[in-house]
Amino acid sequence: MNSLLRQEFDVLVVGGGPAGMAAAARAAECGLGVGIIDDNATLGGQIWRSSLGAAPEPESLNWTERLRLAGAEVLRGRVFQQPEPGVLLAEGEDKLYALKFEKLVLATGARERFLPFPGWTLPNLMGAGGMQAMVKGGLSVKGKRVVVAGSGPLLLAVAAYLRRHGAQIVMICEQATWSSLARFGLALLRQPGKVAQGIQLKKELAAVPFSANSWPVAASGKAAIERVTVSRNGRMEEIRCDYLACGFHLVPNIELPLLLGCEIENGCVRADVLQRTSIASIFCAGEPTGIGGVELALIEGQIAGLAATGRDSEAQKLFRQREKLRPFVRALDRAFRLRPQLRSLPSPETIVCRCEDVRYSSLREHTSWQGAKLQTRCGMGPCQGRVCGPATNFLLQWDPESVRPPVFPARVESLAFMQNLAEPRA
Amino acid sequence: MPDQLRVTVNGTEIVVPPGTTVAAAIVLAGQACRTSVGGEPRGPLCGMGICYECRAAIDGSPHRPSCQVLCAHGMEIRTDE
Repeated sequence: MNSLLRQEFDVLVVGGGPAGMAAAARAAECGLGVGIIDDNATLGGQIWRSSLGAAPEPESLNWTERLRLAGAEVLRGRVFQQPEPGVLLAEGEDKLYALKFEKLVLATGARERFLPFPGWTLPNLMGAGGMQAMVKGGLSVKGKRVVVAGSGPLLLAVAAYLRRHGAQIVMICEQATWSSLARFGLALLRQPGKVAQGIQLKKELAAVPFSANSWPVAASGKAAIERVTVSRNGRMEEIRCDYLACGFHLVPNIELPLLLGCEIENGCVRADVLQRTSIASIFCAGEPTGIGGVELALIEGQIAGLAATGRDSEAQKLFRQREKLRPFVRALDRAFRLRPQLRSLPSPETIVCRCEDVRYSSLREHTSWQGAKLQTRCGMGPCQGRVCGPATNFLLQWDPESVRPPVFPARVESLAFMQNLAEPRA
Repeated sequence: MPDQLRVTVNGTEIVVPPGTTVAAAIVLAGQACRTSVGGEPRGPLCGMGICYECRAAIDGSPHRPSCQVLCAHGMEIRTDE
């Protein structure tokens, strides 16, 4: 049973990845009451998720220590509703939090974009980042044949990680063209840290076939995936595999910002120079403002944390560092933009909404996300369109026009509490 | 903390190191996480608590995103309910 815990913070941070940790630490270091809430077992977000049995990332430890020294309160839970402005409800393991705040920093991160193709619902076909998270969580890939496919710099990092854990990486398929990858490489030259990372990855993956202009078109198998067919530079090739790690770059998590009424521009949360959203008391940092990677997330997080505590001039000192990282955001966006051919990946029978098993043919009878939701239940399952939303956005140019509370599935008791909170107290 | 944790997946015991997620334990046990509304077996997809494909009953509590729950000694995991 849930117990209700009411807490008040000067600054509340939602999301415990790099941006959230940096925001909370900078805000707490000036002595105000700061809370940071995340739904994972430990802070660090996806990028600093630690491997089972391995030491946490040094940078993650460093920020965790800063949070501890500054007295920020770390809560584990998932925000699902705003019962009134200035209050958020979150569900923890056995508690319900009502979190009151003066200023809010949204650092909700990003998720992978998935594209449907025949067979993509088979077990052992996971996201690229998803597969890495699973191995970090104890899944053994020793001696397993893994194909890594999709788009984005994550593919190389995941392939190298899986290889270090004993997987045989059969092939890496990147949908982007060689020329856009080459341009991306040139853009990276302006970021010495990223060049070093790139060279390291290239060394580790020297023996692994890498194909640009390539993507999966079908997967098959009985109880789980056994084979994947890839379009490799225009030629079809069937590959035997135990796992397919497949993600098409990242999409920002903007559901909570949308629920709170923050303005969205081109799929990202609009933020000003101080990382302030269209709502004066709400700031946003990291991937929700545009996919830009961990270095940018740390700078944006710090700016948001400083600005949320009124230290604008200190925040301004970080503007130049942020500017230096901006070209990387644009380069990422250009290099890994999805090619239009991928719109023909799903066949009419392909399931697009995995929660409700809605097939592509029934979606094509509709002209909007809203209409399809009402008529087919697409996006009405527990993921609430987080998987099929970005897919239909790409395939059919549909826009998820609105979100509804709760933004994550919540327990019935939590929803009942929500009702009680809404009623005037006697 | 013990070196190894014993958990059961649909009644079959498996041994995993501490820090293993329930989703990883289910895949290691060779099981699907759930059956879709159309009757397909499904396994973990996103690994980060977004897609709910890995949801399973953990110690009697249904529909838990198993990739976000760590195994504990004696845990009962069911994917066949």
